[in-house]
Amino acid sequence: MYHAWWFLLLIVILCINIVVCSIDRLSITWKIIFPKKIKFNPQRFRKLKNLETFTIDKTSESLSGKYETFLSKTVGAVIKEETETGTVMYAEKGRWTRMGVYVIHSSILLLFIGALIGGLFGFKANMQLDEGETSDTAFIVKKRIDEGETSDTAFIVKKRIPVNIGFSIKCNDFFVKFYDTGAPEEFRSTLTIIENGKESFTKDIRVNHPLRYKGINIFQASYGTAQPDSVALEIIRLSDKDVTSKTIKIGQEIQLPEDQGVFKLEGFLPHFDFRGNNLGEAFIGKITQKDGNSFQIALPIKFPTFDKMRKGTFAFVVKKFEQKYYTGLQVTKDPGIWYVYSGFILMIIGCWITFFMSHQSYFIEIEKNKTNRSKISISGTTNRNSQGMKLKIQKIVTKLKDK
Amino acid sequence: MNSSLALSSATFIYALASVFYIGSFTFKKQVLAKLGFMVLVIGFLDNTLGIILRWIESYQMGYGHAPFANMYESLVFFSWTAAILYIFVELKYKENIIGVFASPLIFLAIAYASLSPDISSKISPLIPALKSNWLIAHVITCFLGYAGFAVAFGFSIMYFVKPENPDAVSIFAKLPSWELIDELTYQMVIFGFLFLTIGIITGAVWANSAWGTYWSWDPKETWSLITWFVYAIFMHLRMMKGWHGKHLAWVSIIGFLAVMFTYFGVNYVLSGLHSYA
Ligand code: HEM
Repeated sequence: MYHAWWFLLLIVILCINIVVCSIDRLSITWKIIFPKKIKFNPQRFRKLKNLETFTIDKTSESLSGKYETFLSKTVGAVIKEETETGTVMYAEKGRWTRMGVYVIHSSILLLFIGALIGGLFGFKANMQLDEGETSDTAFIVKKRIDEGETSDTAFIVKKRIPVNIGFSIKCNDFFVKFYDTGAPEEFRSTLTIIENGKESFTKDIRVNHPLRYKGINIFQASYGTAQPDSVALEIIRLSDKDVTSKTIKIGQEIQLPEDQGVFKLEGFLPHFDFRGNNLGEAFIGKITQKDGNSFQIALPIKFPTFDKMRKGTFAFVVKKFEQKYYTGLQVTKDPGIWYVYSGFILMIIGCWITFFMSHQSYFIEIEKNKTNRSKISISGTTNRNSQGMKLKIQKIVTKLKDK
Repeated sequence: MNSSLALSSATFIYALASVFYIGSFTFKKQVLAKLGFMVLVIGFLDNTLGIILRWIESYQMGYGHAPFANMYESLVFFSWTAAILYIFVELKYKENIIGVFASPLIFLAIAYASLSPDISSKISPLIPALKSNWLIAHVITCFLGYAGFAVAFGFSIMYFVKPENPDAVSIFAKLPSWELIDELTYQMVIFGFLFLTIGIITGAVWANSAWGTYWSWDPKETWSLITWFVYAIFMHLRMMKGWHGKHLAWVSIIGFLAVMFTYFGVNYVLSGLHSYA
C-alpha cells in the first residue's frame, strides 16, 4: 500500500501544502524576524496585563544606569529613550526563535524526500546462504495478487525479483546460541566479502550489528537448517537384527546387502509432513527392489524407529549427520537515509526551539516622582507562554528592588 | 529486600498517596494533600529502588539487561516517569490539589502491572533483536512522552469538573484558575510531544540498525504516528486557531486514548514487531 500511487500522491500533496503555507506565512513573519530597525511603543507596554509597579527611594538618575546594565546582561541590547517624566528602556531576545516552526516543517519535508529517494532508488531484499555458500544476488519479495479460478477468490503469489548487489557474500559459518529457557540468545554469521574473485575482508554480523559496505547494508535476519551433505545410516535386517553401517552423500546410490536392491538418498526436508503432522527434519530416500518395484521412504530424525514400522526387509536408522545451517540475510540499500536522519535531527531541534524558547521583550519605565522617589513600571511580551512571562516579570521586580 | 517486594510495596504506597489526595480534596484539608505528597515521594523512592533491584537481579540471573523489556517492566517504568513528572509539577507550581488528578493514574498503572493475570512479572532473557542500547533510549523517551500525556490527561479532566461560576459551592470550586489549568495541560503536552518525537525517532534509528528499515508500518509504529498527529493537531489548534479550554481538552483526551491504544490495544489486538511490550 505504501508504494501505491495514491499514497505517494498524498505525501506529495502534503509536502506542497506545507511548502505553500510556510512560504505564505514566512513572507509575513520574515519582516518580524529580521526587522530593519527595532522599534518599540511604550504605550503598548504600559497597558499590558502583566505590568508591575513599585516605588523606590532613589533618584531616577542613579537607577537608570543600574537597570540598563541589568537588562543588557540578562536580556540583550537595550534601547533607551528619555520622556517628559523620566526614562523608558527596552530589550529583547530570541527573535530568531520564531523560525522554529519552519525548522520543524522543513524537517518533515526532509523526511518525505528521504523516504521518496529510498523508495525510488533503494531496495530491501533477502539472501539465503548455506554455510559455505557464496552469492551476489539477493531477492526482493513482492506480493502479487493474481486472479484465481473463481472470480471472488484471489491468491497471493510471492514474486521474487533478483538484484545484483555488486559484490559476493560468502557465509563461512553460522552460529546460534540458546538460553536455558530455549529462547535464542544470539545468532551470528561469519561473512566474507568477495570482489572481482578476490576475498576482500571477513566480518561477523549479529542481530543489531550489521555490516555496511558500499552503500549496501547486510543484516542478520533469520536462520534455519540447511541440507546436509551426507548422513551416516545403519541398515538393520529385521529378521536377525544384523546391522550394516554406511555413510552416504545426498544423491548417492548404494547396493543393499545381499543384492536386495538399490537405495538412493534423495534429499533432506526441513519439515516432513506425515498424514498432516509435521515430523520435523527428515531424510528422504528411494528403494528400488530387485524385482524393479520402487518406493520412497522417509527417515525423520526425531523418530529413529519410524522406518521400522514400514516392516520391510531392512530398516534404515539415521545415526549421525553434520547439522548445517543457512543464514537469512536482509540486504538493503537506502540512499535516502541521510535525508531522513537529518530530518530527525532538525525535528528535535525545531521542537526544542518552538516549545521551550520564545521571543521575549522587556520594558522598564522609571518616572520621577517627588524629589528623591522614583516610580518603576515593568512589563513584557512574548510570543509564547504568557503565563511564564508573568512569573518572569515578578522575579525581575524582586531583583530590581534590591538594586 | 528484592525487587518484587519493593515494587508491590510501592503499589500500596501509591494507593495511600491517592487516598490522601482524594481525602484532602473532599474534606478540603490542606494538610492531607501535604501528607499525600510526602507519601507519593516515598512511593517514588520505593519504585526507583524496585527498578534498580530488578536491574541487578537480571544480571545475577545471567541475562543482564535493563528492566525495560516486557509489559510488566514498562508499566512499572510508566508509573515511575508519571510520578517524577508530577512531583516536579507540584514543586514548580505549588498547587497540590491537582494531585487528585495525577496520583490515581500513577497508582493504576503499577497496580495493573502487579495484579493483572495476563502480565508476567518474571525476569526473562532478551531476544537478540532487543539487545541494543537504542532499546534503552527508545523506551525511556517513549515513556517520558506517555507520562507527559497521562498527566496532561489528568489535568484536562479538571476542565470538566470545575464549575464555571467562581462562587459555586462545590468541592471543585477550589481548583486552580482556568489560565493555570490551561498552562499546565499545555506544558505537559509539549513535554510529552517532545519526548514522543524523540521516542519515535530513536525507535526508527534502532529499527534501521537491527533490521535495515527505519519504518515498517507495523501496528505499533502506525499507532504511535497517529498519536503524534493527534498531538500535532493539538499544537496547531492552539497556536494557529487560538483554541483553549474545553475544546482543546477534548483533543488532549482523544490524544490520550490514542496513547492507550498504542500502548495496550496494539499488543492485544494487533500483532507485530512490538508485541513484547
Ligand atoms: C512537530 C510537529 C509540528 C509543530 C510543533 C508545528 C508547529 C506549527 C506552528 C507553530 C505553526 C504556526 C506557524 C506560524 O505561526 O507561522 C504551524 C503551521 C502549520 N503547520 Fe505545523 N507543526 C508541526 C508539524 C506539522 C505537520 C506534521 C504538518 C503537516 C504534515 C504541519 C503543517 C502545518 C501547516 C500546513 C501550517 C500552516 C502554514 C504555516 O503557517 O506554516 N505541521 N505549525
